[in-house]
Amino acid sequence: MDSTFVEKILTKYSNNKEVVPSQIVTVKPDHLLKHDNTAAIIQKIQPELNNYGVYSKTLPIIVLDHVIPAASEKTATNHKIIREFVTNHDIKNFYDVGYGVCHQIVIEKGLALPGILILGSDSHTCSYGSIGAFSSGIDRTEAACLLLTGETWLKVPNSIKMNLNGKLKPNVYAKDVILHIIGDISSAGANYCSVEYHGDTSQFNIDDRFTICNMGVEMGAKNAVFLVDNVTTKYLSSIKISASKYRPIYPDKDACYSQELDFSLNEMEPMVACPHTVDNVKPVSDLKGVEIQQCLIGTCTNGRLSDLKIAADILKNKKINSRVRLLILPASKDIYENALKDNTIEILLKSGGTILPPGCGPCLGAHQGCLAPGERCISTANRNFKGRMGCKDAEIYLASPATVAASALKGKITDPREV
Amino acid sequence: MKIWKYNDNINTDMLFPGKYTYTCNTAEEIKPHILEDLDSSFAKNVEKGDIIIAGKNFGCGSSREQPVIGLKAVGIKAVIAESFARIFYRSAINQGLILIESPDAVRAYSKGDKIKLDIDNGKIIIDDKTFTFPKLPSEIVAIRNAGGLLDYTKSKLKNKIKN
Repeated sequence: MDSTFVEKILTKYSNNKEVVPSQIVTVKPDHLLKHDNTAAIIQKIQPELNNYGVYSKTLPIIVLDHVIPAASEKTATNHKIIREFVTNHDIKNFYDVGYGVCHQIVIEKGLALPGILILGSDSHTCSYGSIGAFSSGIDRTEAACLLLTGETWLKVPNSIKMNLNGKLKPNVYAKDVILHIIGDISSAGANYCSVEYHGDTSQFNIDDRFTICNMGVEMGAKNAVFLVDNVTTKYLSSIKISASKYRPIYPDKDACYSQELDFSLNEMEPMVACPHTVDNVKPVSDLKGVEIQQCLIGTCTNGRLSDLKIAADILKNKKINSRVRLLILPASKDIYENALKDNTIEILLKSGGTILPPGCGPCLGAHQGCLAPGERCISTANRNFKGRMGCKDAEIYLASPATVAASALKGKITDPREV
Repeated sequence: MKIWKYNDNINTDMLFPGKYTYTCNTAEEIKPHILEDLDSSFAKNVEKGDIIIAGKNFGCGSSREQPVIGLKAVGIKAVIAESFARIFYRSAINQGLILIESPDAVRAYSKGDKIKLDIDNGKIIIDDKTFTFPKLPSEIVAIRNAGGLLDYTKSKLKNKIKN
């Protein structure tokens, strides 16, 4: 029987001859991602960790990124507990404060490879489909159990084939594509499903694919994946991973999809997700003039060098509106360093931006740029839920780095084609 | 027993604000903030045995498990929704919180109706109407019967060592 990407990978990892949707299988993931929540995870299983140890020293990937540098005694203590755990159990993949956002680190350090299976106690773990891996989010309790046993169950999902046809117009980006898709199919449109992207995908580089896969969970997807092609292999060789190190998985020609959806890229416009759901998507032209007080460029969704450069191109030799705060959040230290070398950071600083340390920053409302009642923020992040940036009486709009940068210049939501 | 009724797309930030995710972990720390940004009367007035009825995509968003732990800790007997987001659904299995997906029951319910639940036989009775829901696969029931995934895993580990 012909199989989809997810059916093939779950067949492989469960040692079955074939699997079908709804079947429950037991898998051993290659990696288990955790971040600042590692402290809470290990506290659940302290006696067991003392008795049995961790299943494998190379299974966990731990990145401190959510509240860094620590914002309080409590978060500092969490970090300390994690560092002690890493030392005591000789955890191999540990990235302390300052390396960057966990999902960026997993890709950048070559921990995600085509055809492998990664689970993580973070909902945006689905990002690694950008490199051809299967990856999906789980909760802390399950991460704790995986740390001990190295295995868990997964239900084989239905697969949705999304055909991205045509070519994007200038100033329309991957972020606009995923916002358009979520607006079309709704926040629950891919619930429990595996999403495969097909069609004219070669125009999307790894950064673009990362943005699109990252937001898979915002339409309910279990995982989202771009199939491995020249773009993937070229990226992997740029981080010194040769093709002999991985085995890509491709769906069969006559695989069975629960839905097949077509999207015309050449018709897409810059899009904005309006408060308070990610599927409340409108063309930027409908929102012109909406005043904003804060702009955020960065996070795991759009904090890569290409994103910062798009913003810098718009802000070069210009000043942001005096009523606006522009926060820049490079997704990793490497990105920060490269953005320093090519003057991108200098341009952003001179335009009036504030550079935050590589991490999650204000995205989840814990620190570094929370909002006040009545304020509006336009952000390149992935969620605009009520209260998300620390205040339930504030509004969050989601858009591409170009739209956010253009909006920072004008102090109101602005079409990037008009600056 | 009270019924709490909510709409579509109730997300994890509404169920438990993100600003507390790294400072509140235990059930006692979570309870005062449960549903804080959705319904400020909930934490004060919820009682053991209450039921939540909601629309589509309940629990969408973050993988944080405080919403599930909190709802279990305040004594919510079950959440009945038109649909659930997957990480939340999985997390509920792991914590032993009962979720029932039944769009028909949600649509049939109106304020003041009496609800009876028969979890073992997969039945929701709203006034005089009965709605059925499918049983969970045996693998999942085993986790729930063990009291949640942590206890399930701990006893599995103990048995493994014994053998």
